Amino acid sequence: MRPGRRIAGWVFIAPALIVIGVFFLLPVLLAVGLSLTDFDIYALASLRNLQFVGLDNYLAVLRMGLFWRALGNTLYFVVVGVPLSIGAALGAALLVHSRLARCRGFFRVALFTPVVTNLIAVAVIWKYLFQTRYGIVNFVLGRFGVHPVDWLGDPHMAMPTIILFALWKNFGYAMIIVLAGLQAIPDELYEAARLDGASAWRQLRHITLPLLGPTLMTVGLLTMVGYFQLFAEPYVMTEGGPLQSTLSVLYLMYNQGFDWWNLGLASAIAFVLFVFTLAATGLLVRAGRRKGWV
Amino acid sequence: MHRIAPRVASLLLLALAGLLGGCGTSARQRPIVLQFWAMGQEGRAAARLVRGFEREHPDLRVEVQQLPWAAAHAKLLTAYAGGTTPDVAQMGNTWIPEMAALRAIVPLQPFIAGSRIVTPADYFPGIWGSNVVAGRVYGVPWYVDTRLIFYRRDILAAAGFDHPPRSWAGWLRMMAAIKARARPGDWAALLPLNEFEQLVSFSLEQPGSFLKDHDRYGNFQSPQFRRALRFYLRFFREGYAPRIDNTQIASVPIEFARGHYAFYVSGPWMIREFQRHMPASVQQDWATAPLPGPAGAAGNSGIAGGASLVIFRNSRHQAAAWKLIEYLSRPAVQDEFHRLTGDLPPRRASWARPDIARNPYAAAFRTQLEHARAVPRIAEYEQIVREMQTIAARAAWGELDTAQATALMDRKTDAILAKRRWMIAHGRLP
Amino acid sequence: MNRARAAAWTVNGLLAVLALVTLFPLLWMLSVSLMPQGSASTFPPPLLPAHPTLANYRTLFVAADLGRYLLNSLIVSGGITLGALVCNLLAGYAFAKLRFAGRDRVFGLLLAALVIPSQVAMMPLFLLVRELHIVDSYAGVILPALASIFGIYLVRQYARAIPDEMLEAARIDGAGELRIFLRVVLPLLKPIILTLTILTFLTAWNDFMWPLIVLTGNHHFTLPIALASLAREHNPDVEMLMAGSVVTVVPVLLLFLLLQRYYIQGLLLGSVKR
Repeated sequence: MRPGRRIAGWVFIAPALIVIGVFFLLPVLLAVGLSLTDFDIYALASLRNLQFVGLDNYLAVLRMGLFWRALGNTLYFVVVGVPLSIGAALGAALLVHSRLARCRGFFRVALFTPVVTNLIAVAVIWKYLFQTRYGIVNFVLGRFGVHPVDWLGDPHMAMPTIILFALWKNFGYAMIIVLAGLQAIPDELYEAARLDGASAWRQLRHITLPLLGPTLMTVGLLTMVGYFQLFAEPYVMTEGGPLQSTLSVLYLMYNQGFDWWNLGLASAIAFVLFVFTLAATGLLVRAGRRKGWV
Repeated sequence: MHRIAPRVASLLLLALAGLLGGCGTSARQRPIVLQFWAMGQEGRAAARLVRGFEREHPDLRVEVQQLPWAAAHAKLLTAYAGGTTPDVAQMGNTWIPEMAALRAIVPLQPFIAGSRIVTPADYFPGIWGSNVVAGRVYGVPWYVDTRLIFYRRDILAAAGFDHPPRSWAGWLRMMAAIKARARPGDWAALLPLNEFEQLVSFSLEQPGSFLKDHDRYGNFQSPQFRRALRFYLRFFREGYAPRIDNTQIASVPIEFARGHYAFYVSGPWMIREFQRHMPASVQQDWATAPLPGPAGAAGNSGIAGGASLVIFRNSRHQAAAWKLIEYLSRPAVQDEFHRLTGDLPPRRASWARPDIARNPYAAAFRTQLEHARAVPRIAEYEQIVREMQTIAARAAWGELDTAQATALMDRKTDAILAKRRWMIAHGRLP
Repeated sequence: MNRARAAAWTVNGLLAVLALVTLFPLLWMLSVSLMPQGSASTFPPPLLPAHPTLANYRTLFVAADLGRYLLNSLIVSGGITLGALVCNLLAGYAFAKLRFAGRDRVFGLLLAALVIPSQVAMMPLFLLVRELHIVDSYAGVILPALASIFGIYLVRQYARAIPDEMLEAARIDGAGELRIFLRVVLPLLKPIILTLTILTFLTAWNDFMWPLIVLTGNHHFTLPIALASLAREHNPDVEMLMAGSVVTVVPVLLLFLLLQRYYIQGLLLGSVKR
């Protein structure tokens, strides 16, 4: 091999490496250090006001009632939101994939559309659709005799409403991937099953789902990691309220970090969230491994 | 073969440099450009007001940037943290101590001493005082606000009252009567649970402060504050006000016009909003009144709020920046500002002018402003009152009782103030 | 036969309902954006504007400076896309096809770093960006997004299919590596270039948290930031917000419809098990 190629490789990756190194890897390392200090607004004024505090920030996070509330909210969002999203995606994919479906191309694009819309814009729309007095949702429900629901104003309803919103916004993404998985299942399997007289339900249970397992696993993981980063939805729709019922961990980090400039504490929150995300991912992967899906 | 490496590298560097060069802040050129940040509608008005200033000073140009009100505090801090502060900014006067503690803004006495336009005696004392930190003046009031009540005269009349409430007890009685007659879905009052100003106002109506020992510890468990909190919580526990955040209200003027609320506690900008967005049929039916007092005497106190104009330490054109502040403080320009925004002027002189003197809605503010009190002047104020409100909201929902809530407020406040105590102990704060 | 027809009706009926639910919010947004101010907050809520008007758009562009935010969004997203194309294509190709010391170790490191969520880096990143004096500037938003591990991975997956013989032939002809990349490799990467373009552009256009942090004054606000601050003002105007939403949503929606094949291919490549 000529020497030029060896250097060329490094030169080719250099720009990307520099950007990622300077703007991502270096900050991650610095974040570790930052989370061990009491970096706050006074430290911004002068570094003389900075103290090393060891693990105090982490202890403070674990002792903070609001953190556990935010974590509970985030887990609620993840645990309810992910299965719903994947379920809806599976259902939609099966419908679009069905041999009976017409205009498949149209439906595929239509159902995928929310994914590419701007989160802030559609969150604004949803906020008004779910408005208690003038919202269309309550109007339609009213037609069926349902009393007006205080969707985003009731501490028990706000998170479910945001979950519904996330479901609408995201299921198309998983649907597209599941659809690709469905297309990869050979038709002969279904034909053989039909010859054996297996019902559509049995075909679904014994052919489709097992073969789709790895795909579902992948989209489940990707969706879950994304859902742990809940932030913009409550930022626009509820500002974390009512009663902090939609405050997510990331929102808490943003509050502490960029409203109050407690950058040390915010870094600790970010790492704790990271650990919880990793743990949840690990659990899911282990469950998948038992089924042979990973 | 060996030449490619440097070639690729220089190509990329060029591309990067181009990007950076194209995006960096543009170099300031001959006419001095003053950066002026203002919020919301004041920002829009400022963009028009500065034209007159530029005509008078051909050597100066003013670039106005608008900050969204909801994020203004965070944005100003971010600008400070990022070293991108402007020359002049509008600043909520409760944030001034924070910016002063950070040495982000400069004391203005040297400028004021030589000014014939900015004369402290003409300003409302409480408002002027809110700009003074440790004996130094950091801001010149631009407009003032204090929270008081907006009410529906017709709803009060229908419930048998021909005057607004003067005492807390009287207010509660009125609300009970209104609530008893209300249609389902209608309420006696609107006090959004995520706004801290109402509770702070009630607490300022009594002697003492919710901080103690030179603002180093919380004092929420004091009898005065507990009394204010108990009063505040009755709005929700008796069902007079809905437990609702302001994010869930489509439009206050429209809701108010439809009679969904009889009382609303807010500031002077709502005068303009109500005049604009409420139908003509109800324009005769609403009025403003000073905040009822704990034991009678309404309007004896309240938050000395509003916004001031400040100069940032990073500014390289502080003299020119002061010229802009002086220009905006001229009575004639103040009148124009009031005409554009409806904001209430901080100078007594302006209140003698016919359009304000004859404004029936402004009178209540005038009364209250004479006695308005400044809130604690420390960097952590905003964080503390937001924490306080979070806890008050939990109490309003019945998660905590008054004693638990105030104890929690003190605990949170003491934690927030830990760094302040450390700074004081190390002689780094006055 | 009847049962089959019933099944077909069910499937298509369900799909139609699903599509309606999915598209309704967007259609409603369009409809309300054409209503005069104050008419959407009535009960029962109107579905269609009685007197369609473009007044909201006029107000937005004239009084609320929406044109500036649109331009900012284009500059930021365009800049990020161009830069990311250069960085990711070069790196992805190198990781796939060039042999150099430490290649696999570096790539493995990058893949491992993929699990770290970006917000962990945000607090120090702000301090860093502050040292570079690019807070509240286009560069503050663009620079950190100029390369992405995911983008590199995508290009690498695709570039691996390029036959080595083609590259060797070019080398034997005496072509330099850059020349080979530009003349031989890039044309072959055309589909993935389109994929990367639309993925990057959409991500940049819709990015929220970092621009929200790093942009302070409204001069550099992108559309989502401007829209969020409009929505959080006192007593926002529904009809005007919807017009703002239309302006924020429609450009990327059109881009997606135009390049959907490449976009979806990117999603699929990105989710393939490694």
